[in-house]
Amino acid sequence: MADLSVNFAGIQSPNPFWLASAPPTNMGSMVERAFDAGWGGAVWKTLGEPIVNVSSRLAAMDYGTQRMMGLNNIELITDRPLDVNLKEIRACKRKYPKHALIISLMVESKREAWQEIAKKVEDTGADGFELNFGCPHGMSERGMGAAMGQVPEYTCMVTEWVKEATNLPVIVKLTPNITAINYPARAAVKGGADALSLINTINSVIGVDLDTMIPYPNVNGMAAHGGYCGPAVKPIALNMVSELARDPEVNIPISGIGGIATWRDAAEFLLLGATTVQVCTAVMHYGYRIVEDLIDGLSNYLDEKGYASVNDIIGQSVHRVTDWGNLDLKYKTVARIDHSKCVNCNLCHIACEDGAHQCIHFTDVNGKQFPIVDEAECVGCNLCHLVCPAPGCISMVRVDDGSQTMSWREMTGQPA
Amino acid sequence: MPELSNSPLTPEQITANFCEIEPPLPMAEALFEAHRCLYCYDAPCTQACPTHINVPSFIKKIASGNLTGSARVILDANPIGSTCSRVCPVDVLCEGACVEKTLMEQPIQIARLQRYAMDHVISKQIDVFKAGAANGKSVGIIGSGPAGLSCATYLARLGYAVTIYERRAKAGGLGTYGMAEYKMTQQDSADEVAMIERLGVQFRLSCEVGRDVTFADLEAAHDAVFIGVGLGATNKLGIPGEELAGVYDALEFIEHVKTRDWANVPLAKSVAVIGAGNTAIDAVTQAKRLGAEKVMLIYRRTQPEMSAYEYEYELAKQDAVEFHWQTTPLEILANMDGSRVAALRCVQTELQEGKLTNVAGSEFNLPVEMVIKATGQQKQRGFLATIPGLRLDQSGRAVVNPATMQTDTPKYFAGGDCVNGGAEAVDAAQHGKHAAMGIHQFLTGETITLAGA
Ligand SMILES: Cc1cc2nc3c(=O)[nH]c(=O)nc-3n(C[C@H](O)[C@H](O)[C@H](O)COP(=O)(O)OP(=O)(O)OC[C@H]3O[C@@H](n4cnc5c(N)ncnc54)[C@H](O)[C@@H]3O)c2cc1C
Ligand SMILES: Cc1cc2nc3c(=O)[nH]c(=O)nc-3n(C[C@H](O)[C@H](O)[C@H](O)COP(=O)(O)O)c2cc1C
Ligand code: SF4
Ligand code: SF4
Ligand code: SF4
Repeated sequence: MADLSVNFAGIQSPNPFWLASAPPTNMGSMVERAFDAGWGGAVWKTLGEPIVNVSSRLAAMDYGTQRMMGLNNIELITDRPLDVNLKEIRACKRKYPKHALIISLMVESKREAWQEIAKKVEDTGADGFELNFGCPHGMSERGMGAAMGQVPEYTCMVTEWVKEATNLPVIVKLTPNITAINYPARAAVKGGADALSLINTINSVIGVDLDTMIPYPNVNGMAAHGGYCGPAVKPIALNMVSELARDPEVNIPISGIGGIATWRDAAEFLLLGATTVQVCTAVMHYGYRIVEDLIDGLSNYLDEKGYASVNDIIGQSVHRVTDWGNLDLKYKTVARIDHSKCVNCNLCHIACEDGAHQCIHFTDVNGKQFPIVDEAECVGCNLCHLVCPAPGCISMVRVDDGSQTMSWREMTGQPA
Repeated sequence: MPELSNSPLTPEQITANFCEIEPPLPMAEALFEAHRCLYCYDAPCTQACPTHINVPSFIKKIASGNLTGSARVILDANPIGSTCSRVCPVDVLCEGACVEKTLMEQPIQIARLQRYAMDHVISKQIDVFKAGAANGKSVGIIGSGPAGLSCATYLARLGYAVTIYERRAKAGGLGTYGMAEYKMTQQDSADEVAMIERLGVQFRLSCEVGRDVTFADLEAAHDAVFIGVGLGATNKLGIPGEELAGVYDALEFIEHVKTRDWANVPLAKSVAVIGAGNTAIDAVTQAKRLGAEKVMLIYRRTQPEMSAYEYEYELAKQDAVEFHWQTTPLEILANMDGSRVAALRCVQTELQEGKLTNVAGSEFNLPVEMVIKATGQQKQRGFLATIPGLRLDQSGRAVVNPATMQTDTPKYFAGGDCVNGGAEAVDAAQHGKHAAMGIHQFLTGETITLAGA
């Protein structure tokens, strides 16, 4: 079995699977059960000045029969007293010395406030900090959370404060509610951050109850925008992680977060540059037990690919991400349909007809009508391949001979 | 007859035996199933449905929570969508063609979803169609079976004044009197008829054309006439003993069952059903469910040659019916005092040079207390022949132009079992639709295409 252990900015972890700072890490007994289940690390539910939560506070986006494609929440940071949390953190770390225990922090924008809480936490024996600059609702209205993360100067400043106060590794958790992720990330680096984690939740209104016309989640007839997470946000998180992984000004480890539910999701984050991954929604949906297949699946994958350690795949796909202008305009694929596998749903036809380039027609094969691609017209967009429900039926076939390459940059003489 | 009713079962047990074999889908299952549908384009299921209901469209409306819209899509192409959702042989129709059957060996449960949407509008009496603005023209319809109901619905929607003449006391044709009770009850049929009545269609029940009203009356009252008289009584066996007490026609037996008056349904300990079509299966399964101890199906050919659908045969097997293949009844034998049936004298058959032949010396007596004849229905030759100029084919079916369903007597259109010789309710519904188009064209000169034509 491949070695899954990682060293994340000096924090040792038996595997790259951490619980994100959220309800699953609310208290000691929960984190301990998670470690027993196999989680390598946990980021404690954000500590700060105790708050009061609303009820209700979650709402979900279903897709077809799949529940919770996306989850939306208006929960704030921990609602438990600081001293209780500190006591449990101390006990937990003592009981699980080999696991990674990171403590998430969020306090008002004052040097003393950040430094005081950082010192108190350091005293528990925890392994590091995560600065929550990402919570997009509630806390941001009080000048915290995303209100910090959205202003690179603040991000830098608060990171510096905490670094001044502690020797422990400091992870800065970024908000995706910005126009370009690189700026707050570079600011964190400038402030001395040892690592980055992303993404926190995305601003969202999940929907409206059509009977009452009250948006979700309903708090006595009113709703507020909340933070969006779960499987639906994975592509957004993957993009932001890969953006930072290939940014030469961001040379610190990344903990990938957002929509991770299976070992495949996790492997994708690792390939695009994350050293650890954090999970929230999938655990809220199915429980800590999902870590079993995260570990099992990832180690089987590594074994099958012939890697001895998970570290061998971290960042392997980063160099495969580039700017559009560098893509090869001469590379050409077309769709090809295997009629022996076709079930005649005709979805490829209508998708190409109304959503692409009108190049899937019908042909008679032994008295039956089958779709066929006009390869001269096919632009190789993939759409039919994506909609086809029959496994292996439509394949995208390369038709250029590979002898020539030409990017838009080369074609237009733009500097790379 | 009541003296025959010696079921060992209590009425409650019989009622339980006749509960629906395809119960309504619970909401969660309906939504799951609706979401599973791929929303095929030019969908194979739609092609396979004789009324060409836009199946993906009605299923996606269930998924989106638009049940009224879903029912509208169904009823637009099939006015008896409620009946069909319960009785269609879907394995050989829509569900047999579903791509999910190919992909997963598990077709979408189209009929049960169809029923889900239909139950919504029928239980809430939501009328998705209204009668069209009166166009001053009138059409008379003979027979209130699937063909007549379908034709009447479309014509009413187009603004015609429609009157259905029905010789029976209840409307619905075989939908009311013939469908196996575990598939569909008379109440289900009555609810569907009520929906069509609310569209303004007039029903003249217990009114037989040719007896209570004449063709001259019809021609005077209406601009066109649709003939949807179905088929007649069950064919005679043509063997001695057919008139004995204890010998029933399958349709007569099923009609009794459908009254749900269990105490008065004729039944004996041992029952032999002669024939191997779908009606024979309906008879054996219902006899078994009533509590007959021994139920036998007697068929002169082999099992693969039976005309019943595979799943119907399966049903009979599950009900522990005894099958006597390659067996021909020669005579129905009476008991000692000659009062009623006591045995069936049979002979084995075999194929000799492609010809079904009795095996000499293989005669035997099968003791049996009740015999049900399920050897196909007679054509309505006698009735149809009374309409001057109406052409019949050799087997006694009305000959029509398939596009318009018009007979050789221009004012008369026909459809359903009396034209196709006996098929499914859904085929009769499609005939009714084509006839409505034909009648509209005949009376207005305007060519229209109804949904799924
Ligand atoms: C036992 C049995 C079971 C069946 N089960 C199924 C099934 O499970 N699924 C399925 O799809 N199909 C089934 N069928 C077939 C289906 O019932 C028929 O195909 C369908 O009913 C034909 O419709 P129709 O309107 O042509 O005729 P019918 O339903 O026979 O209706 C004809 C109507 O015309 C009336 N009528 C006749 N003569 C006159 C007259 N002179 N004046 C006034 N009224 C008249 C009759 O009383 C009757 O109501 C079954 C048939 C039988 C016999
Ligand atoms: C109910 C809820 C509460 C959360 N609370 C916090 C929090 O206190 N601090 C924090 O940094 N992130 C918090 N998050 C964000 C998660 O840590 C994580 O970044 C986000 O859910 C994306 O991961 P996922 O797609 O695996 O859920 C919360 C998320 C949810 C759903
Ligand atoms: S989408 Fe696939 S299965 Fe469907 S018709 Fe096209 S090729 Fe066939
Ligand atoms: S009417 Fe019958 S054949 Fe047509 S879709 Fe409905 S259940 Fe299937
Ligand atoms: S063939 Fe099956 S999957 Fe396709 S539209 Fe019809 S019911 Fe849906």
